[in-house]
Amino acid sequence: MTDYKFSKQIKRFSIILTIIGAIGIAFGFYNAPSNVEESKEIVAKMSHDGYGDHSDSHADGYGEDSHGASGHEYDHDKHVFHQLQNKPWAAIYVPALFFMMISLGVLAFYAIQRASQAGWSIVLYRLMEGVTGYLLPGSIFVIIILVFSALKFNHLFLWMDPDVVAHDEIIRNKVGYLNIPFFFARAIIYISGWVLYRNITRKLSLEQDTNNDMSIHKKLFKFSAGFLVFFLISESMMSWDWIMSIDPHWFSTLFGWYVFAGMFVSGITTLAIITIYLKSQNYLSFVNDSHIHDLAKFMFGVSVFWAYLWFSQFMLIWYSNIPEEVTYFITRIEDYNFLFFGMVVLNLIFPLIVLMNSDFKKTNFIVILTGIVIIIGHYLDVYNMIMPSAVGDMWSFGPAEIGGFLFFLGIFTYVVFKEISKAPILAKGDPFIEESKTFQYYNLD
Amino acid sequence: MSAKRLHVMFDDDDILLDAIKEIVKNKIYIYEVYTPFPVHGLDKAMKLKPTNISIATFIYGCIGFTVAVLMMYYIMIVDWPQDIGGKPSFTLIENIPSFVPIIFEMTVFFAAHLMVITFYMKSKLWPFKKAENPEPATTDDKFLVDMESGSNLSKTKTMLKKMGAVSIKEVKEESEK
Repeated sequence: MTDYKFSKQIKRFSIILTIIGAIGIAFGFYNAPSNVEESKEIVAKMSHDGYGDHSDSHADGYGEDSHGASGHEYDHDKHVFHQLQNKPWAAIYVPALFFMMISLGVLAFYAIQRASQAGWSIVLYRLMEGVTGYLLPGSIFVIIILVFSALKFNHLFLWMDPDVVAHDEIIRNKVGYLNIPFFFARAIIYISGWVLYRNITRKLSLEQDTNNDMSIHKKLFKFSAGFLVFFLISESMMSWDWIMSIDPHWFSTLFGWYVFAGMFVSGITTLAIITIYLKSQNYLSFVNDSHIHDLAKFMFGVSVFWAYLWFSQFMLIWYSNIPEEVTYFITRIEDYNFLFFGMVVLNLIFPLIVLMNSDFKKTNFIVILTGIVIIIGHYLDVYNMIMPSAVGDMWSFGPAEIGGFLFFLGIFTYVVFKEISKAPILAKGDPFIEESKTFQYYNLD
Repeated sequence: MSAKRLHVMFDDDDILLDAIKEIVKNKIYIYEVYTPFPVHGLDKAMKLKPTNISIATFIYGCIGFTVAVLMMYYIMIVDWPQDIGGKPSFTLIENIPSFVPIIFEMTVFFAAHLMVITFYMKSKLWPFKKAENPEPATTDDKFLVDMESGSNLSKTKTMLKKMGAVSIKEVKEESEK
């Protein structure tokens, strides 16, 4: 057993990704229109390219509703201009949020393992701690984008614009909750809570390596159980604040759960991919097929759980057909049809069919393949949450979107592997470590 | 001398597992093993072939899925289309979201029930059936191996004793019935 050394390969790979990503993002911002005239030109060019007939259909219902209905001067061109201005911002907001949530999902997974005193997963603790190392930088990226929104560099969050609020009764009724100081106060509470738990458990876990003190184990258990209570509340509120409030008129009561299922499955998938990668580099001799099998079972199960919540949210809103709720899905089905349903294929149908077979769950190649599909699917899921409200039907996968994804992927990879290399690769002080090392799922040979 | 049938008792599942491996290694046929709880790895040690019940269950689930779709199609589209909450039922595809919960439940229902019924039939269990258990202690804390004696009875007995058998009983082939 050798401790992981931050390899040159990973370093070079992640730096190259970050640079390519940064170029893509810069290109996206450069291409964004700076006034209404430029935006008109872009739209004219886009419809030439066959980007759909933008001029007559405009499904983004509440945009007009919030401005036009109250007699505010707000013509169509200006609206499109704001959407195009939003586009590069939304393109970096989606991956920033996505990778932050991967880290947060792994943190929740880690807390569950600690609180349930699970035996099998102890050999993976250091990898989980590595992934959660991205939580602080990831949250800071998100906060920076939110601060830019509050400073009116973009119109991602309509309710941050006092002009809009003054003419919109629905948002006006929510001002008690949706106002900038309270919004950032909440954000700071969530992030400090998560990072505090992460750093405390990391410190205790490293301390445990040198002495087999039972009191540390008990402390870890207590912190984790307490954190889970805090997490479920803060995660739900985070999803209202950072995602749902982009659509300030719309609401869904199970949205927090839905976002949680998404981050949980993408977190576990990332963990499985990192585990298999490091195992292939001969760092994890103590990880056997049964551990991989368990991770794949989680990927399978939580994918189905995600689909259950996705469908529950969709069906209730579709069935009741209440205008202020149903606009959300009308936008997505009319303007994002392929993405919206394609994402369900990637996130449910594919893992369901491939990972159903027990033998496939321990086949590294298949777990990696399914993992990549799930990661892409859940990126598209976040894309589907943000983009329709931010840019309406002006979406595309241009340099900014791809660049944004690569940029954060690069930083994520760098931070995570750097963090893994900082500590012994096995949490050898844990009282259940032997159980984890010899873990054997009885149905596997 | 014809082969006799032996009832061998053990009182620990790990000892039982090692003994079973030894018996299988000596190529002695095991009729059945009676245990108070499922012993993990016992099927592997006995070299039983893996169960196909998961494949059967998958097929039952597919049947349930099909039955549910056809059922909802007949009930809600063909036979008596109803307008529920402003959602008129004219085509299956337009109304599929409201049928998904039913399709899901029927899939689970078929898969679960048919699987259990298959399992009972395969294990020859049905209501009011008399227990086949030769030794009631195996429902408490003992493990019993019902096996052939092999060609050399005394050699088998020594081997079983060495592997930790608590008691060895010779039974007549016919008295069983």
